[in-house]
Amino acid sequence: MADALLAIRGLSKRFGGLLASDRIDLDVARGETHAIIGPNGAGKTTLISQLAGDLRPDAGSIRFADQDVTRLDAPHRARRGLARSFQVTSIFRDFSALDNVALAVQAHTGQSFRFWRAARAEPALREPARAALEAVGLGGRAHVRAANLAHGEQRQLEIAMALATEPRLLLLDEPVAGMGLEESQRMVRFLATLKRRITIVLVEHDMDAVFTLADRISVMVYGRIIATGTPPEVRGNEDVRRAYLGEDQA
Amino acid sequence: MSITLSLVLEQTLNGLQYGVMLFLMAAGLTLVFGIMNLVNLAHGSLYMVGAYLATAFTEKTGSFVLGVALALPATLLVGVLVEVVALRTLYERDHLDQVLATFGLILFFNELVAIIWGRAAIFTSVPRFLSGHFRILPGLPYPTYRAVIILIGVAVAVLLWVLVTRTRLGMRIRAGASNRTMISALGVDIRLLYTLVFGLGAALAGLAGAMAGPIYSVQPGMGEGILIQVFVVIVIGGIGSIRGAIVGAIVVGMADTLGRAFLKPLLATVISPPAADKAGPALASMSIYLLMAAVLFFRPEGLFPARGCS
Amino acid sequence: MTISRRTIALAAGGVLLALVPPVAALTNQPFYVDLFRRVMIFALAAVSLDLILGYGGMVSFGHAAYLGIGAYAVGIPAFYGVDNGWLQWGLAIAASALAATVIGAISLRTSGVSFIMITLAFAQMLYYLGISLETYGGDNGMRLSGRSRFGGPLDLREPAIFYYVVLAILVLFLALGNRLVASRFGMVIRAAKSNEPRARAIGFSLFRYKLTAFVIAGGAGGLAGALLANQTEYLTPDFMHWTRSGEIMFMVILGGMGTLFGPVIGAVVLLLLEDVLSALTAHWQIILGPILILVVLFAKRGLFGLLVGAEPRDG
Repeated sequence: MADALLAIRGLSKRFGGLLASDRIDLDVARGETHAIIGPNGAGKTTLISQLAGDLRPDAGSIRFADQDVTRLDAPHRARRGLARSFQVTSIFRDFSALDNVALAVQAHTGQSFRFWRAARAEPALREPARAALEAVGLGGRAHVRAANLAHGEQRQLEIAMALATEPRLLLLDEPVAGMGLEESQRMVRFLATLKRRITIVLVEHDMDAVFTLADRISVMVYGRIIATGTPPEVRGNEDVRRAYLGEDQA
Repeated sequence: MSITLSLVLEQTLNGLQYGVMLFLMAAGLTLVFGIMNLVNLAHGSLYMVGAYLATAFTEKTGSFVLGVALALPATLLVGVLVEVVALRTLYERDHLDQVLATFGLILFFNELVAIIWGRAAIFTSVPRFLSGHFRILPGLPYPTYRAVIILIGVAVAVLLWVLVTRTRLGMRIRAGASNRTMISALGVDIRLLYTLVFGLGAALAGLAGAMAGPIYSVQPGMGEGILIQVFVVIVIGGIGSIRGAIVGAIVVGMADTLGRAFLKPLLATVISPPAADKAGPALASMSIYLLMAAVLFFRPEGLFPARGCS
Repeated sequence: MTISRRTIALAAGGVLLALVPPVAALTNQPFYVDLFRRVMIFALAAVSLDLILGYGGMVSFGHAAYLGIGAYAVGIPAFYGVDNGWLQWGLAIAASALAATVIGAISLRTSGVSFIMITLAFAQMLYYLGISLETYGGDNGMRLSGRSRFGGPLDLREPAIFYYVVLAILVLFLALGNRLVASRFGMVIRAAKSNEPRARAIGFSLFRYKLTAFVIAGGAGGLAGALLANQTEYLTPDFMHWTRSGEIMFMVILGGMGTLFGPVIGAVVLLLLEDVLSALTAHWQIILGPILILVVLFAKRGLFGLLVGAEPRDG
């Protein structure tokens, strides 16, 4: 694909006897929301970890924004515009919500070898952070300690941190996992507002969320992508039905 | 001093002998860390306790073998006591807490030993039946006692290997090391297993201490020097790995012993002898730490990083 | 704005420390000037450790190494007749910062328990290096020919003047540290302690920040070592002994990790406790050991936390 923001070629990762990623090829176009679905243990999180730079692939390459990032570590990829949320919520628990996002702003805007001025008094960090909190609906919770936020709020906070780094690509690992129905609907509505503005790779088990948000869907089974297509195409694919969706109907 | 082949052989055996002592210590420490996730600085105290108990029992019974044989279960008992009273509460704490609390234990044990046996070093001699030399090669005599230590060490390593890889208990130990929740799900009494493993480690440290008595001096704080070298062993070998403990112990034992014996004369061939006189011992005492730094530079996880897969 | 308990406690602490020399002179107990100077020197070392331990989550078990390097940086020039204090103390900071750079660069490649063991091992290596330096006393160490000289009224041979120099350095370092931990840099190392994967995921390459903090702490530790050599007018490899590292770490925990001022209280309490216990019995460590264990098990918040209540969380 010519205008792919993310281009994965032949990505492979083996854990002992388990091929967690088996020669994966995948293109994600600019502005696309691309969902990756598949049964548990299919290797979705392993794929996300390799995309984020936490795990080094055994073989294959990852190009992001027309540059090979295969050998870059996570912080470098983040600074190039690749933000992520974790499957298990990952925030700075003993900092306030605002601090959390302000740290993300600080990481994005560069210079951190500053030793004198109080970071909490810098409008350049606090104002964008406040805006990002407002955007995800946490404006009123800015000064609450992150550990004391409700589970759903913590997931929102994670998204706010990701957004604060002004990412070009957002990797979301099960953003609505563990949420109640209402919470998850609110999250899906919010993610829908990001569509087109930000390219999104979404790993999710909640099929409502996937079919609402995704422009295209890739189906992973045993470390391989067995099908990629628009939601109707994937829904109608025989292989997918047999390998995956079929389980639900059986 | 000139370097002769027989001297090299003798020092190599000494290195092996020291490596064996390090292994006996490292095995327990690395198991306790791998399984209970506990950093136990007081492991050196158990070595010291073993040495003192063996000395005391030897004096009481008049037999070295009996003394060591009694010291083993006694050290095991001390270990179990320490585990039950103090360390059990530390398993869920972070490493910093464990380091500090076991540091407190060291202070306690050093002082306790000083109160009971005094601060002065106690020198014991090798028992008569082990005091001779025997010829390994023609013209190369080697102290019988040190050779026996090497043999015992090898025997213990083999026994441990069988225990961990071939028995039911070993299977549980390995399972515990790789997955704590799984093993409790299997219905194994985890607390008992922990106490058992800790006691085993204590007995091994006690064995090392008991055998060390006749070679090194027995005194308060004697466990700390070796403990830190054992840390080097474990870091080089890879934390939690028995295989790593074996390899690391031999490497460190050799490097330390050979460095002390040969660095000075080797340096003297390159730089002036007086300069070598100064630099040799300094470099020798630092050699294992430099080795550790080098290993870590290339392999931050140690040589055998497979945690729990022994 | 109301004055917080924290501010009151800090002001009271500062005044109390400043009052030690006149009170000691009035009561004719010069010994206390000596004791509290020693306490403040260790407090400096403990505060510097708190920067990386309490804020950065780096459990360095070899902080005494820098005490030793700083002490030798005073002792070795003095041995050759160089007693200029600026030079000696500058050398102390530079040499220990350099050592911290090397030690940190290797140790920070690992984490968790390996990091603890490696920092301990490096300190032990320097300890053995000190022992092998026969020229400078080897095992026994050596006597300092005299205290560092700064010229003018700054005469360290005068106990009270030396005392206030140490106090000034401690206060200055606390003030700098207080700015540091609230700065952008401070936020990064605190974030690294709080959640390292998250900090990396938002784009912080943590190694250089951690190493910088490690070097700053090492340099301050070296300055404490230079002060300690002047205090005892003697130096020995024992300054670097691993039990010393343990003691400094205990001061931090006792006073309260990540509070900066807590370690000062930790140093005061631990050294006074040692003083009292050792007057009581020669076997005082048999009491100190269990106290240490009890503090770890039951008083993890530290004395500073008990004194001023919960830290205010602005933000």
